[in-house]
This record gives sequence, C-alpha cells and structure tokens, in this order.
Amino acid sequence: MTGALLSIEDLHVSFATRRNTVDALRGVTLAVNPGETLGVVGESGSGKSVTALAAMHLLDRAGRVSSGRIVFQGEDITHLSASALRAVRGSRMSMIFQNPRAALNPIRTVGLQIADAIRAHRRVSQAAATERALDLLRLVLIRDPETRLNAYPHELSGGMCQRVIIAMAIACEPDLLIADEPTTGLDVSTQKAIMDLIAGIAAERAMGVIFITHDLGLAAKYCGRVVVMKDGRVVEQAAPNKLFNAPRDPYTQRLVAASPTKVSRIEDLVVEEGVATLSRGPVFEQAAARRSAVVPLPVGERVRVRGLRRLWSDGRTSIRAAQAGERYNTIGASAPHPNPLPNGERERAEFGAISARPTYGSSPLLRVTGLTKRFGASTAVDGVSFAINAGESVGLVGESGSGKSTISRIVCRLLDQTEGEIRFDGTAIDAEPARTFNRSALRKDIQIVFQDAHDSLNPRFSAFDCIAHPLRKLMGIRGRAVLTERVFDCARRVGLPLELLDRFPHQLSGGQKARVGIARGIATGPRLLVLDEPTAALDVSVQAVILQLLVRLRQEENLSYLFVSHDLNVVRMLCDRTIVLRNGRIVEQGRSSDLFANPADPYTRDLLAAIPEFNPTAAVEAKVAEPAIALGAKRQPRARQVPSPGGEG
Amino acid sequence: MSVITLKHVRWVVASNPLTLVAASGAIIIALIGVLAPWITPQDPLATDVANAMQPPTTAHWFGTDQLGRDIFSRVVAATRIDLAIALSAVSLSFVLGAVIGGVCGYVGGRLDRVVGRVVDVLMAFPLFVLAMAMVAALGNRVENVILATAFINLPFYIRFARAEVNVRRDSGWVEAARAGGENDLSIILFFLLPNILPAMAVQVSLNLGWAILNAAGLSFIGLGVQAPTAEWGIMVAEGARFITSGKWWLVAFPGAALMLSVLFFNLLGDALRDILDPRMRT
Amino acid sequence: MRSARAIIIRVGERLLSSLPALLGVLVVTFVLMRVLPGDPAVFFASGPNAGQAEIDNLRQRMGLDQPLFVQLMHYLRDVGTGNLGNSLTTGQPVLTDLRQRLPASLELTFTAFTLAVIIAIPLGIAAAMRPNSLIDHGVRFVCTLGVCVPTFVSGLILIFVFYYILGVAPDPTGRLDIFVSAPPSVTSFMLVDFLIAGDLEGWMAAAKQLILPSATMALFVIAPLARITRASMLGVLSSDFVRTARAVGLSSVKINIVYALRNAMLPVLTIAGIMFSTMLGANVLVEKVFSWPGVGSYALDALLSSDYAPVQGFVLLMACIFVIINLVIDVLYGIADPRISVA
Repeated sequence: MTGALLSIEDLHVSFATRRNTVDALRGVTLAVNPGETLGVVGESGSGKSVTALAAMHLLDRAGRVSSGRIVFQGEDITHLSASALRAVRGSRMSMIFQNPRAALNPIRTVGLQIADAIRAHRRVSQAAATERALDLLRLVLIRDPETRLNAYPHELSGGMCQRVIIAMAIACEPDLLIADEPTTGLDVSTQKAIMDLIAGIAAERAMGVIFITHDLGLAAKYCGRVVVMKDGRVVEQAAPNKLFNAPRDPYTQRLVAASPTKVSRIEDLVVEEGVATLSRGPVFEQAAARRSAVVPLPVGERVRVRGLRRLWSDGRTSIRAAQAGERYNTIGASAPHPNPLPNGERERAEFGAISARPTYGSSPLLRVTGLTKRFGASTAVDGVSFAINAGESVGLVGESGSGKSTISRIVCRLLDQTEGEIRFDGTAIDAEPARTFNRSALRKDIQIVFQDAHDSLNPRFSAFDCIAHPLRKLMGIRGRAVLTERVFDCARRVGLPLELLDRFPHQLSGGQKARVGIARGIATGPRLLVLDEPTAALDVSVQAVILQLLVRLRQEENLSYLFVSHDLNVVRMLCDRTIVLRNGRIVEQGRSSDLFANPADPYTRDLLAAIPEFNPTAAVEAKVAEPAIALGAKRQPRARQVPSPGGEG
Repeated sequence: MSVITLKHVRWVVASNPLTLVAASGAIIIALIGVLAPWITPQDPLATDVANAMQPPTTAHWFGTDQLGRDIFSRVVAATRIDLAIALSAVSLSFVLGAVIGGVCGYVGGRLDRVVGRVVDVLMAFPLFVLAMAMVAALGNRVENVILATAFINLPFYIRFARAEVNVRRDSGWVEAARAGGENDLSIILFFLLPNILPAMAVQVSLNLGWAILNAAGLSFIGLGVQAPTAEWGIMVAEGARFITSGKWWLVAFPGAALMLSVLFFNLLGDALRDILDPRMRT
Repeated sequence: MRSARAIIIRVGERLLSSLPALLGVLVVTFVLMRVLPGDPAVFFASGPNAGQAEIDNLRQRMGLDQPLFVQLMHYLRDVGTGNLGNSLTTGQPVLTDLRQRLPASLELTFTAFTLAVIIAIPLGIAAAMRPNSLIDHGVRFVCTLGVCVPTFVSGLILIFVFYYILGVAPDPTGRLDIFVSAPPSVTSFMLVDFLIAGDLEGWMAAAKQLILPSATMALFVIAPLARITRASMLGVLSSDFVRTARAVGLSSVKINIVYALRNAMLPVLTIAGIMFSTMLGANVLVEKVFSWPGVGSYALDALLSSDYAPVQGFVLLMACIFVIINLVIDVLYGIADPRISVA
C-alpha cells in the first residue's frame, strides 16, 4: 500500500452523544490508489460517510478520531493543523456531498462560489477567477454557463447544483475526489448524467475517486474496486465483478442478494443461510432494531396499551406460539398464518405472483378515465386512464414530478381530482369528494401504505393503536377483546412480533414501522391497496423482506395493488402490469414482462438505460438468454443452497 | 399514551441539575401563590407610619415601605395576584391560540393567509403599547389587564400552533387517519392538537414569565391593579421614588421576586423542552 | 444585489400592503377610544355637578351625537389633515406635543438599539463559534437572566448603583441637567445638536443623561438578540454549505464572515425589527423611570388623567413608526436574501 493515494489504517471514530459515546468506526482499513475509483458501499449506519468525513477532517464537533491513521500521498494527516489542512482540502483532496441544493450557499451566486474555491488556493485576480469559473461550468456541462454564473442556487435544479459543486471541488485539480452519495435523491436520468460526468473527469485527469453509495448497481458500474462496510468495519473488498458474482462474506451475500437488479426475482432477494432459519429477514431486522431504537424497551416490559395487560396474560400461549412462528414468517416459510392455503396451491401461490392470475375480461376493480389534476396553473396529472383488475398488481413508475403520488392519492380518495372518472367495482367514487369520503362504505375497501414509514405513524399512538384505528373507525369494532384479537391477527399476518405492539414509532426500526404501516393498511380487509413507495426509505436488505411480505400478502388476502415507485426494478418484480408516467401523462403501459423486455417508448428506454447496471457481464448475457435463469446460474452459491424456496413447509 | 418515559425524565434531570432547581423553584412560587393568605407574617395592608422606611431587620425581613407596611408580607401576598393574572391570561390565549392556529394551519388557503398576515402585523407591533391602549380603552380594571395580556400573547400561540399543525398536516399519519375514516374536525381535535400539545406546553411555560412581566409593567405605570393592593409592579413603582435616596429595599425585593418567578418559569420551559426532545435545545 | 428599480418597486409594494394595517390601527384606536369607555362628554364637562344642558352642548360640539360611522369618517378626515385633537393636560394640539417630544424618544431608542446590537451580536457570534466553552456558557447565562429582569427594575438598579452608590451618573431626570443650557435646535437630537454647536462639554452632559436610560433599554433586548444570533450562527455553521466551503479549503475568515455570518444575519434582521418595536413599547416604562420627556411619558401622563386624544395620537405614531421599521427591515432583507424576490 506504499503507493496509495490515500490510505486509512485501522481507523476508529466515536461520537459523543449526550448519553454516551457511540463507536461509528471500529477499525476501518482501506486505500485508494492514484487514478483509481474506489467504491464504498454499505447500508445506513455502516460508517461509510463517517470514514469519508474523517479523512477530510469534516466530522462535526461530537465526532473524534480515537485511533488509527490517515495517510494522504505519503503524509500522515491524522492530526493536521488547521492551516496545513486548509492547504490540503480543495487543492489536493476534495469532497462532494448528497443533497446538492443545501450544499451551496443560498445567498451567493454560483460564479462567486466557484471563484471562492479557486482563490482559496490560487493567487489570481477576481476577474481571472471568474473567467476560470466559467470554464469550469462549461467543463461540467452546464447549459448556458454565462447566465448561470450569476444565478443563485435556488434558481438551479438539483442536478445543476451538483454540477456546480463538482466544479468547485475540481477547481484546483485535486488528486482525490470523495463523492458521498452524490446522486441520492436525484432522478435516475440525472443520476446517470452526474455519474458519467464524475467518471469522465476522473478518467481525464487521472484523479482518484472514493465513491460512497448505498446502490450496488452504481458501485458496480463506476468503480474499479469496491469496499463493503458494515457496523463501522470493512467486511469485504474486491473488484466489483468478483465481489458481486461471488461474495464471500455472509453480509455481502445478503446485501448483493437483496439489491434488485434488472433480472432478479422477488424470491431471490433474501439469502437463506443453513436450514434453521429459512429467512434471515426478521432476525436481521430485529438486530438492527436493537441497535437503533432510541429508548429500547426490554421485551416483555409491562404493556402500556389500555386494557391490553389483562389480555396479554390471558393470551400468553397464543402469543408465545406466534413468537415461535415469527422467525419463519417471511415469504416461503410455512409460518402459521391464519388462512393457510392447501399444500398444492401454496406451491403455485408463493412465487408465482407475477404471472399468477390477472383476470382480464371481467370488469376491472378500478377504472380511472381521463384523470386530470391541476394545482393552480400547473397540471400535475393530465388525462390519465388505466384499470386494475381484481387481484392484479399494477405499478406506477416515473421520475419526480411525474404525478405518480398525486394519482395514488386521488385513487385513494385523499385528494380531489380536477377532472376524470374513477370507478371502483362499478361505483363512481369520484362523485364523493375526498373530504367526505371517510363516510363512504368503500373507505375500508381502498387503503394506502405510505412512503415514509416513520412519518406515517402517529407519534403518540403505539403500534397497537395505529393498527386498531381503522378497525375501530371503519369496521366499528369496539369490544376490547375482539379488537385486540383482530390487531394481533393483523400483526401476525405482516410478521410483526406481538411484543412490539405496545411500542411507539420511535422505538421501532424502519422495517418494523413499515410492517405496522402495512398491517394498518390491510386491517380493514381492503380490496385495493395503494402502496406509495413503501420501501423507498428502507435499506435494501429490509426492502427485500418487505417486498416479499407484500407478495405473500397479495396472495393470501386476494388484494389488488397500485404500487407507486421510482425504482423500476422493484416494479418489474412486483407488478403484473406497469404504467410509465412522465409529466402527468402516461407514456406507456403494458404487462411488466413485455414492457421491461421491449420498451416501446423512447422515454421508457431511457429510463431503463439509466438504471445502473448491477452486474454488467451478467446483464449482457441476460439480455440474450432467459433473464432469470442467466442470473440464477451466475449466483450459484445461493441458488444451490435453496432449490425450492417454498419447499420447506 | 405518554411517549415520555420516567427514565428519560430522570436522565434529563441528571444531566442538567438546573432542571430540578427550575422545577422546584416554579413549584415553590406556585405554592406561595396558593398559600399566600396563610403564610404572610403580617397584614400586607396594615400601615405603621412610626416604623416607615425601615431597612431589613429580623422583625421585617425585607424592611418596611413608606407607610410602614411589611415588605415581605406584601411580596408574598403579591405572588398570588401576579400569578393569577399571568396564568389566566396565558390559559386564555393558549386555548384560543391553539384552536385558531390549529384550524388555520390545517385548512390553509385564504383564511390562513389572512390570519397569518394579521398575526405577523400584530407581533411586530409594539405590544406593550397595544396592551396599554387596550386597558386604557376597556377601563382600568384587573380583568382588562388579563384580557390585554392574553390578547398580546395570542399572536404567538396562533403562529406557533399554526406552524406546528402545518408541518404535520400533510404527514403520512394524518393522511392515514383520513384513510382510516376520520373527518377534518376529529383529525384536528384528536390527532393534531394532542401532538402539538407538548410543544405548546413549553411555550406556555416560557410565556408565563413574559405575561408576568407584562402584567407587572402595566401596574407599574398605574394600569390594572391599584394601590394599596400588594402587587410587584405597584411596589416597584412606589419604591422608585425613594431609590435616589438610597432606599433600595423598597424596589429590590419585589423586583427580585418578579425576576425569580420569571426566571424559574423560563427555566422550567427550557427543561420541559429538553424532556420532550433533547435535540430541540439550542 | 438587486437592482435599484426592484428595490423601489418593492418599497412601493410594501407601503401599499401596509396601508390596511395602518387603517386597521386607526379604526381600532377610534373604536377603543370612542365607544368603549363611558361618555367622554360627561368626563370633559366642567365638573361632577355639570348640568345636563352643558353635557348635551359638549356632546354636540364634540360630534358625539352623530352616527358612529360619520364620527369615524370625521376622525379619518382629521387624521388625514394632521388634526389629532388637543391635549387637555397641555392645552396644545397633540401633533405639536408629539413633534416636540418624539426626538427625545427616538434619540433614546436609537442609542439603546445601537448599544444592544453592538453588544449582542458579537456575543452571540462568539458563543456560537465555541459551543460549550466558557464564553458560550457565559452568554447563555446572561441571556437567561437578561429576559427575566423587567426594564423598570433594571433601570432602578442602575440608578441606585451609578447615581446613589458610585455617584458617577447625573440626577436621573430629563435629557439634560438643568444647569446646562440646551444647544440651538437643529435636528432636535441633543447629541447631534451639541456636536453641531461644537459644545463638547454640553455633549458630555447630554451623553451622561442618556447613558443610563439607554443602557436600561439595551439590557432588555440584548438577551433575545444574542440568543437568536447564537442559534442562527450555530445552525449555519453546521449547515451543508459551510461544510462544502470547508471541503474546498476556503479560509476560516471567508467561511465565517462571507458564508456563515451573512446567512446567519438573516433571521437576526427579522428579530431586530421586532426588538426595535419592543423597545418603542418599553419606552413608556423607561421614560417613566428616568423622567424622560419623550412621547411615552407624554402618553402615559395623558392616559392616567384620562386625556384620550394624546393616547390615540401616540398609538397612531407608534403604528407609523412600526410601518416604517418594517419597511426598512423588509428592504434590507430583500437586498440580503436573493430568494425573497422569487416569492
């Protein structure tokens, strides 16, 4: 590692909170060579950003490097003085961040900000710096750079802001660029453009890049070598091909499996290890919850939900039974759920989700015709028509501003349409305004699961109350015993351990909150469930488990889904049909298998092309051969272990 | 239903001992207010001209005023009336403000814009002048001091409740409640207001001190409570005439009482905020 | 920077939009003063045993027999022509009284405000630059205490310490010691007028009179100003864009002044406007404590002797000043923050 551009050796970083100190890094060792692009991947809390910030000496006040070394171009910079540090930052080593809009000074023109970056290290006149800033804007391919020079950040799009920041970062030609999730929150097409730009500049200048991301696809596409981090440690590092095709570390295996690709199937997402636990999902998730819960309640602590205490002691045995079953009850496992299908049928039901049974011909469950929504002068949704059959799962995809969330809210009667007709099971529900739809008899038949699981749970309601609310309100269930039984039942169906029911949202992990949200959604036994990016805020491993849960539920509950997402891979796996939206209009719709294999519209093609290739070599082959089989063969370790996911029961 | 565990409260107290001081101080002041008639050593109104202007002694802990009244008894007796005025004013503006602000924040639109504008204008206006004018116009009585104090507090509560409701209005759990069959009114009353209540409680505690200052200020200039009633503002006003001749105790003790009570309620507000959310601390 | 034209348009817009507020104040003061209290005619009549005829006569003269709306129109017309009525206590037109006394109040308020700003803002910044340091704790302590001391108490404490004990401050009555002759009035601001007259001794005397009341008033707003400065600066210092500035190696002077401070001053500007307004209100209390011959004490004296025209005039004056201040703040904000023009 002597020739390394930057090498981090056994780095420990801890953060002092008001309660105690938290170890964010526990011995990270990695190195990036000159001109190399090193990917650092990991889920939230893995310490990947902290590593970068520590290298740049940008940790906030609470953070402290407790041991280890950071060596940059042969010089130990672990304990550099402020002035020496300033000479390094920007000129030899630079960094860009996520959330580009916030990363620029809102009250200074971008031209001045770039000029500031130049003049921080070069003795040039203001005019020369401005001239150079203009060149840089051209270099980062900003359209109309002369005008943009005098623009304020709020006048630029997120993608353009990120280009400006890149311009600032490379202004003094650093040898190393650290990019911390630079495209998170941007649309896929913008993401591709930004990443291509960074890659291009890096290649042209032989600049070393540390690219931090949670997206394995991006890492695979743009990095020469990838480091996988977990819990403040490096668990594995290798070239992306090797790493993603034959991961050695169990965590990497899970992570790789859980990341949706162009060819992956829902049932591939969760890696099973050994025989004892068929599904790692819940166990994994609970471990995460134990780590992250703000105020962890010991399991079995007194139950604070009204009246639950008595029922708890009464129902002890059933709870214990449910707990015993809990470990098994993601998809594929034969967890005790309330309405088990006959054996033969389950085989087909479990994973045949996608092609199972769209019942074309009969009248659809939901028919939307000419739906239009205007907010003031702008049109968010413009003449959208589609239908969902009973038991069908329809995906609604599009970039931000495509109107997909607006449609989901209108369909769910939380928002009024401006024009258009919505028929649910033959009834025109557009006539009932959203304000009063709460009184409609159909309210319980159309339910919704929201994007941000945390935001969608009332902070003053326990998980029990959250799930019980629609039961009380829409099903009129008042009796405590009945209510409790129904809530327990819902919790079991979504695989939520019953002992978590008395916790408040802030005491639950992301995956657990998602389960509560889904349990609430299915509590009234709806026929149509609108899923508004239900996994967007989750880490991939948790997303995988939740997606499997959704597939299983659709089978068991005979649900129809309207699944809204920006993630095309997820939609492809989960939905029978897909609708592609752009600027409030449908550009294309059709069966998912057809649409993703042969997109007709150029926009759809662009969208698909913009998805980072998870595994370039495999994907190329996959295009030729039958997709699922091709990748299945590549990922042999897992494929061999679990011949038939449904077979265990 | 409380989200706050006892453990958390204990931890906040342990990490900041001032919390305990503030809480006990506020409780003691409240107790003094309640028990005032029984714990004053002497009649706060009884004059004794022979013993006028005595500096603090063992007989008169805080000394006597220009009419020979026992300042300690007067300070204690005044606690009751000052707290009563402040409390009633704050509760009034709290209830009204929460409802008006809550509705505006939830409904939005034109009503919200109009109310928002009025509130902004009111808040930037010299509020003490407003209170003065109100008392002058409505009549120089204690209940009008309460009304005026409540009125000048109102914009703060409206704005606070409005902002708090507004950020939650479009949150997932409110939409979920609607999907769960709630109507607008019940969402405001049973979902939004309970959620903003803790934050409002902090505001109440912080505002209590301010309301005390306002009420005392009004009586200092001769509005509201009238002499010879024992009230901190009046006592300071009366003592002010003698400060240039060095009779500090006439002003110092009621002034200190005023200061301490405001301090304790402010600290209590800060502590409550800490207990509710450690991250909110600035 | 915005163009001058944009600023002028903005000023015009804001002036227009503040007209309803001003009109509202007018109506409210009218209603409050005319409708709610007892019959002013009875009050203004020569004495408690004035005959009914005299009262009726007075009522007619004061226009109180007209319908309320007509009275309001008359009132608005009067205000429009600068006729604010006569003060019963001074016997002069209210406008004249206010004009004579306003400079005293303004001089006091401006001095206090300047004092507060030059103390509070550096304190807040210093505290934010070193969180949890000694200076931070000190500033927070001062802030906590500062908001608890009412102006009328702190004023008296200052008098006691500096006049009675130390004897360095002059007798706390009025703008000028009675033995010092006032300068020829040019601006009506004592300090400025003395400078114009070249009378340094007189200037010192006036400054000495001014220092205690303005310090009292400044004390009152230092705490909130320092607090908001600290909070705002802390927020900005931990913001993403300051981190970007650090990442590209800007000097700490540039980061702290150009990037952090300028952004941090935006909320401070808003609060400063409110604080100025608060000080105008606090004028009443401070002027009473220091027998300062300003509009506050004028209004207060009138109020206590139930002389309503001066009070009305005073409230109106406050409203006008308030509109001007808001305008100034607004324009400054518009210049400082480019995002505003979008909204």
